[in-house]
Amino acid sequence: MSSPLHGRPRLLRLAAIGLGLGALAAGFAYAAGWIGAERLTPKRIIDTFEAQAGHFPGYRKNHAKGLCVSGYFQGNEQAAPLSRARVFSQPRVPVIGRFAIGGSNPYSADTSVPTRSLALQLSSDDGQVWRTGMNTPPVLAVSTPDAFYQQVLAMTPDPATGKPDPARVQAFFAAHPESAAFRQWAKDYKAPDSFANSTYNSINAFALVDAQGNRHYVRWSLVPQTPFAALQGQVDDREFLQHDLHQRLSQGPLRWTLRLTLAAAGDAVDDPAQQWPAERRSIDAGTLVIEQVDGPEQGACRDLNFDPLILPSGIEPSADPILAARSAAYSESFNRRSREATASGAHP
Amino acid sequence: MRSVPVAFHPLARLLHWLMALLILAMLFVGVSMVADLSPRHTLLISLHKAIGLALLLLVLVRILVRLTLPHPPLPSDLPAVQRLAAGASHWLLYALMLAMPLIGWGMLSAGGYPLPLQLPALLPHDLHLYALLRKAHGVLAYVLFATVLIHLGAALVHGLVRRDGVLRSMWPGPLGKDQANSSN
Repeated sequence: MSSPLHGRPRLLRLAAIGLGLGALAAGFAYAAGWIGAERLTPKRIIDTFEAQAGHFPGYRKNHAKGLCVSGYFQGNEQAAPLSRARVFSQPRVPVIGRFAIGGSNPYSADTSVPTRSLALQLSSDDGQVWRTGMNTPPVLAVSTPDAFYQQVLAMTPDPATGKPDPARVQAFFAAHPESAAFRQWAKDYKAPDSFANSTYNSINAFALVDAQGNRHYVRWSLVPQTPFAALQGQVDDREFLQHDLHQRLSQGPLRWTLRLTLAAAGDAVDDPAQQWPAERRSIDAGTLVIEQVDGPEQGACRDLNFDPLILPSGIEPSADPILAARSAAYSESFNRRSREATASGAHP
Repeated sequence: MRSVPVAFHPLARLLHWLMALLILAMLFVGVSMVADLSPRHTLLISLHKAIGLALLLLVLVRILVRLTLPHPPLPSDLPAVQRLAAGASHWLLYALMLAMPLIGWGMLSAGGYPLPLQLPALLPHDLHLYALLRKAHGVLAYVLFATVLIHLGAALVHGLVRRDGVLRSMWPGPLGKDQANSSN
């Protein structure tokens, strides 16, 4: 064993050790994003939602206004050759869901927001869980999280009017030609008068994995079996869609068909802004039956994070960067509202 | 009388260095994934859960090894304060190595998330509990990183400045014959 160092060699070595530790700590700070170029983070996206719509402790940070429902999914085995996920072959899969309107303000009037959503959790008897968050538009206006963030900024409400500045919105769309399919959809869209007769789309593509391990890319939609009726002009009831849902479910269950649309070779499976051609093959995989509704923000759906990447074996994410970003941002929203609920008892 | 070893048992050294690498990887993966929203985020989350589970199993074996195999004493000339610091930091490291994966597991349970490998939930689905554990997981990760830095710094001071054989007792490679067999 050597003797301890003294004097100058000792100082030099201590300095070297300090430098090494400092470098490791700096690497950690860089990995955490505390130093280095500013990046788009889940935190920044949720901060921006809150900056624009206001701070509503305990609520989801987007699609803040909604209500819990429950029912079941009845698969018809048509999708079983494409995916080994048990949900497609099990006769009756319990479902917890949530209908909501878009936006981060839980006090918005139901019909003031064009986007509606349905989030579901399907729990199959093999212990697997499938969560999916679906929206009324079939495509997004953008292909990347950065462009999405730019879109959110472009939609910032003008303090004077409370609405986005049309010039700014127009400039955004002009700078983002990938938004063409979304704009076309928005132009043609007639809002239905109920959650019950709305179509909900996965938007992002996923891969179904069959028993042999082959991947089949799909997007899915829930197509209502309730007939379409257009929303009529002036609606005074701010809770119009919620009251309507209560009323309809008091008379009997509501049904949607789960439609899987298969991508053909060459279709964009990682770009949520691109529509696939209308002639693509689709499979009706079963029926979603919604039987019950709970009060606003009450019930089993309230404390769930409908992270679209919670998938059963047999369904896998595509490389769509927005899908990953949704998962990350939902997680931030969930963490934040759980903290708020604990810190201040803030519950919707 | 049982002879006192000058170095840790090879199994203890293997566990130490394997876990050291995994824990450092875990800390970097953890701190970068929460600030990331690219498809890498998805990959890092799965990696984080897999390594976390491996570390939980490893720490259980390691605690057993620590309790059963003889280990070298600290140098007799080490000042009492440093002796105390060494003891306390090792207790803290063991406690954190055990607590972090359990908190991660419990946190996912309380958040109502499905668990990898369909492991059973450790705790009931409870949003308040989730908030608490999520906070603890983050804060304790920083404490763990700080403790690892101190541990590493102390080991290097022992090895490069004091040159008292402490670093050598946990050396990852084979030890010289004279040192492996001698006792003091």
